[in-house]
This record gives sequence, C-alpha cells and structure tokens, in this order.
Amino acid sequence: MFVRPIAALAGLCLFAAAPFAQAQDKPTDPQIAHIAYTAGVIDVEAGKLAKDKSKTKDVVDFANQMIQDHEAVNVQALDLVKKLNVTPEDNATSKALTKAATEKRAELSALDGAAFDKAYLDNEVAYHKQVNEALEKVLIPSAQNAELKQLLETGLKLFQGHQAHAEQVAAELK
Amino acid sequence: MSIEHRSLWLAVVLVLPLAIAQAAQAETIQVVIDKMAFSPTAISAKVGDTIEWINKDPVVHTATVKGEWEVMLPAKKSVTQRLEKKEAVDFYCRFHPNMKGKLTVD
Ligand SMILES: [Cu+2]
Repeated sequence: MFVRPIAALAGLCLFAAAPFAQAQDKPTDPQIAHIAYTAGVIDVEAGKLAKDKSKTKDVVDFANQMIQDHEAVNVQALDLVKKLNVTPEDNATSKALTKAATEKRAELSALDGAAFDKAYLDNEVAYHKQVNEALEKVLIPSAQNAELKQLLETGLKLFQGHQAHAEQVAAELK
Repeated sequence: MSIEHRSLWLAVVLVLPLAIAQAAQAETIQVVIDKMAFSPTAISAKVGDTIEWINKDPVVHTATVKGEWEVMLPAKKSVTQRLEKKEAVDFYCRFHPNMKGKLTVD
C-alpha cells in the first residue's frame, strides 16, 4: 500500500498551503532530489523483481523498460546534483516510500503467474499515478533551483508516460 | 546522328534533369525528441522526403503508427526514415504513449 507516503506528501502539501508555515514545511531541494531519486530506485527494483518472476513477454519487456528508463533518469539526476553541489538528504517521505515499497515487494513475491503479472501492473499504474501527483503538487512547486525543477518536469512526463504504458499492458493482459 | 547517339542524347536531356529536380525537391526534415516530447508535433512532408529523428533523451523512444509501422529511436541517437508513400497518420511513442504527433505525407 502506498497510502502512507502519499499521506506524508499530502501532509507536506497541506503545510505548504498554510502561509506562515511554508518555509519550514516545503521540502528543500536536497530533500526533493532524494525523494525523486528514491522514487526511481523503487521502480527499478520492482522491475527487477518482475523480470525474474514473470514469464509473459509483454510484462518482462515493460519491466526492462522501467529499469532502463529510471536508471537513465537517475544518472541524469546524480549528474545534476553533483553539478549543483547538492547532497541529496534522506527525509520522512523518502523513508515512507521505501517502507511501503518493501511491503509491496513482499506481497508481490508471494504471487506467481497471471496473478503476479496483474498485481505488478496494477501496482505500476497506482505507483506512477501517486508519484505524478506528488511531483505535480509538492515536488515541482517546491523546487527552488531552475534546473532541478526542469528535471522534475521531465520526470513527470516520463512517469505519466509509464503510467499510460502500464495501463495499456494491463489492458492487453486480459 | 545515329540511333544510339540520339537515344543517349534523349536520356541526358529528358531523364537527367528530372532526376536532378527530384533530388533537389526531396528534403530532410528534422524531428527532435527532447524532454519527452516530439518537436514539431505536426510534420508535413512529401513522398521521397526523409525524416531524421533526433532523440536527445537518455531513454529509448519509438515513432509508432498503430498497425502500420514503427521506428525505434535509441537513446541519444539519430535515425533516418525515407517516406515511401502518401499517408496522413497519428504517431506516438509505444513506450510513453503520452508522446504524440501527426505526420502528413503528400
Ligand atoms: Cu517514449
């Protein structure tokens, strides 16, 4: 379940809306960089699990694409934080995302065959959707550095693309 | 003038200019893929033109016309495609279906 990290992100959003609390409660650029990077790593890990477990070509192809795309974008992200001299900073949202992903991974690992394929793709749709919301509502508006903001905007289009692709692959499984 | 000479002469006069005119008309149209978008999104071309797809992103894209054709666009590479027939089609990236464009070949 991804209720908790999103609750955390929504929480950030609520605080950000309170005029005098903005400065403290908006994630900082080092935190945003860490959250975005973590979100990518989580999907790479999910892809690796699917690559090992699934026997369906479309699902394995999709998983490989997730691994390649998120690894490529995370390389860009690391290059950027290095250039900007920003050190990604761990934070409550990143921790909550990782915890939820660990739980989801255990749940998926227990499944096989068609049940696994369906659960993996359903989760890919839901996960990308939630990251998109966090990017749109919290991370992009909070980012201070223009280059970081731009990378997040490209990341949003990538995640939206993956969501649409996951929906298509899921529909074709039936 | 012998028959052979005349036909050679005819070939030079008639065929060569035609070939030159066609070569001069055929264009290369650049379509850039950057930050998860095609640019331009509406492409107008003529039969015989070439599209140069320039993928600046670090991820693989495709230009796909459903049920018709697909061009793979590897990360950070350019791929050329000669347009062989008249068509007016919508294309998209199969890996990121939110990336779309239109191609008209006259
Ligand atoms: Cu694409």
